[in-house]
Amino acid sequence: MGSDLTRYLRVEKLPHIWCAGCGHGIVTQAIVRAIDELGLDPVKVTIVSGIGCSSRAPGYMNFDTLHTTHGRAIAFATGVKLARPELKVIVITGDGDAAAIGGNHLIHAARRNIDLTVICYNNTVYGMTSGQYSPVTPLGSFASTAPYGMVERPFDLCELVMGAGGTFVARSTTYHARHLTNVIKQAIQHKGFSFVDAFSQCPTYFGRRNNMRDALAMLNWYKENAVSRDDWAKIPPTQRGSKFPIGVFKDEEAPEYCESYRKVIEKAMKEGDAK
Amino acid sequence: MAESRSRLYQGNEACVEGAIAAGMRFFAGYPITPSTEIAELCSVRLPQVGGTFIQMEDEIASMAAVCGASLAGLKAMTATSGPGFSLKQENIGFAAEAEIPCVIVNVQRVGPSTGMPTSPAQGDLMQARWGRHGDQEIVALSPAYVEEVYSLTVEAFNISEELRTPVILLMDEVVGHLREKVTLPKPGDLVIKDRKKPAPGSRYLPYAPGEGEDGDIPPLGVFGDGFRFHVTGLTHGPEGFPTNSPNVGEPQIKRINSKISSRREKLCKAEELFTEEADVLVVSFGCSARSAKKAVKDLRAMGVKVGLLRLITVWPFPEHLIQRIAARQLKAVVVPEMNLGQLAREVRRCLDGRAPVIGVNRVAGKLIEPADIIRAVQEVR
Amino acid sequence: MRKEFRLAGAGGQGLISASIILAEAIASRTDLHVAQTQSYGPESRGGSSRGDVIISDSQVDYPEVTKPQYLLVMTQEACSTYAKGLAPGGVLIADSTYVKEIPPVDGTVKSYPISERAREMGREIVANMIGLGILAGFTGVVSPEVLEEAVMERLPKSTWDLNRKALRHGFEVGMQMAGRGEVVTERARAQRPGLGELEK
Repeated sequence: MGSDLTRYLRVEKLPHIWCAGCGHGIVTQAIVRAIDELGLDPVKVTIVSGIGCSSRAPGYMNFDTLHTTHGRAIAFATGVKLARPELKVIVITGDGDAAAIGGNHLIHAARRNIDLTVICYNNTVYGMTSGQYSPVTPLGSFASTAPYGMVERPFDLCELVMGAGGTFVARSTTYHARHLTNVIKQAIQHKGFSFVDAFSQCPTYFGRRNNMRDALAMLNWYKENAVSRDDWAKIPPTQRGSKFPIGVFKDEEAPEYCESYRKVIEKAMKEGDAK
Repeated sequence: MAESRSRLYQGNEACVEGAIAAGMRFFAGYPITPSTEIAELCSVRLPQVGGTFIQMEDEIASMAAVCGASLAGLKAMTATSGPGFSLKQENIGFAAEAEIPCVIVNVQRVGPSTGMPTSPAQGDLMQARWGRHGDQEIVALSPAYVEEVYSLTVEAFNISEELRTPVILLMDEVVGHLREKVTLPKPGDLVIKDRKKPAPGSRYLPYAPGEGEDGDIPPLGVFGDGFRFHVTGLTHGPEGFPTNSPNVGEPQIKRINSKISSRREKLCKAEELFTEEADVLVVSFGCSARSAKKAVKDLRAMGVKVGLLRLITVWPFPEHLIQRIAARQLKAVVVPEMNLGQLAREVRRCLDGRAPVIGVNRVAGKLIEPADIIRAVQEVR
Repeated sequence: MRKEFRLAGAGGQGLISASIILAEAIASRTDLHVAQTQSYGPESRGGSSRGDVIISDSQVDYPEVTKPQYLLVMTQEACSTYAKGLAPGGVLIADSTYVKEIPPVDGTVKSYPISERAREMGREIVANMIGLGILAGFTGVVSPEVLEEAVMERLPKSTWDLNRKALRHGFEVGMQMAGRGEVVTERARAQRPGLGELEK
């Protein structure tokens, strides 16, 4: 512990643009701490993001960083990874970015099992545009475009990615910062498509509209409602209420896309030589 | 094995072979008529040369993957047609703003909307130029012959690498599906340009203009090579980081425009036939220009003083060529095109009233016939 | 000199493929220019199929066939659709296996039971090669050797023998239709074929 993480940051670009009490700094710290603890060569790490509050994180991170268009980070990252499979490619995205406008890219990257690590800074709201509901905003909660309460059913992003074929899926929260760091480490080490649903508080645009006045109230909410995967399984579905599971939900091995495609290249080149 | 390097190529096939010869090693695409053969052939040919093909989940994603692969050091291309071209605009704009070299092939078909998927059109001329939000100059090349598809695909890559910009290869269904004799240049005769790279170990400012010729085009690092630089679609300063300062942002936006507009004369290629002795000028491009060429030859044989300007580079627009030819008294300028007057409008702008502009237009998939153009020229008084 | 060929029939008869082989032979083994187009999409579904080839001693400008000088029709429908488009003085070659009625045309009409003959040779699928051979034999635009080389470049090896046999047969039939003698097979002619019938 106690490693100087500032060498992974573009300190001169600080202060960041996030609001006071925002959870995104905690998730960003967890990512660089995971990179540090894994001893990755920073030159061989590329971080790709889309649009939204979360997607500003790479600007502060001292790697090759690519801040793309709304929802498209995973598709850009697919190009980077296929062009240079030796790079560790980490995608930083938000719930609107990944699950609404970029939902198609998320499920297809999971299906291909391409070796990307996607960290979703999930604050259940569009923060950059000041508080509209997203595909994960809980039923009944309020947003600037859900003034009478949310009536759309939310996605569980972990279930979505597992259903689409992602081979490593985990969830944690900014309250569980150490746990979050650990699951990010596992995700980065995983060979294949890995997804971390990182709950991150937005007191400014979500908390204040939903009876959680500040960051502390929201962190307390995470503390009180997060349960381990095993404990979650023991609670009868009717009694789960606002509780949600954290932990690693899936960790499986399956053929990774870049490796599969490398075999295609070998086959094509061999057949080409034979001619 | 073949004594001769001449062979029958389909336009779409010539595009793939030209791209590979130019150094393309990444293609991401999505099936769409009439460009699909390009994706199919890339899936066969790229892995044979150690390259990568991927069929993405949609058009937007394929343009995104192309940008990502280019930043990771590969020459990258995508191909599409009308509806897909509309979807790709978002990330073509990103490539323009972030100065990412790449080639976008649009094999034009009849629009609007789904239109007529297997029939030719040239209705995306203006979309190629103006299809994205914000100000950005774009380079677009439009081949009329299969052999030219090959050479212009190479040229598209060269320009994109040299100017660090997306380049559009504006084909059409006629030239995409047509099969013609192509004589390939000998490998050594092909000029291949690669992007300028930053010096290793230097402090790299990915968007800082430098000194001297081509100083307005900063070198481009490769992700993973140790420069640890930032690329964003936000308006940015010389270091590549976002800015809200008009003083920093304005030079950047102006530079991505001027790097193309200032090279107009160098970029603009055209074929001229009898333009120095013409009373009537025919201006056309792509498939329509083939009909125009036939019409002009037939008219000359009849003694009509008509000339042809076939645009090969359609963007930036060759204003200087049109103005040079129009310096002599022209009775009229006839513009055959498979749209409702997109090129004619631009020609009219350049002529600024010096000669009337007469359109010959078809939009429902039937190629303009030489007789249509002959009639229009003969009607000029 | 600009000559237009149209090969029309039903999907599955291999006429597009035959048009490509003709164009390939011209492109890779002669000094002539060539452009090949075909029916696509809805036009090529619903059963009909068409391959067009333009041969010219200069660059082909207008790339579409408008009035073919040589028209091969292998179904009644294709014959009824395209016969009237024959260039004045052109040649219509009909597969009499399927074409029973030929509308009056301003040109020469030749018939041969192409598909029936292909069936006798082993497989009806090679009818396109007999048809192509007839066109080549009639016009002299390319030698059978040159066409065979194009067949070998475009078609799978397992089909070469039968396709070659069909081509040769068609070529001889075409020569006879044109009222010419022995098949010229020297390599020299294969390299630089004259324009034959096209020179007229």
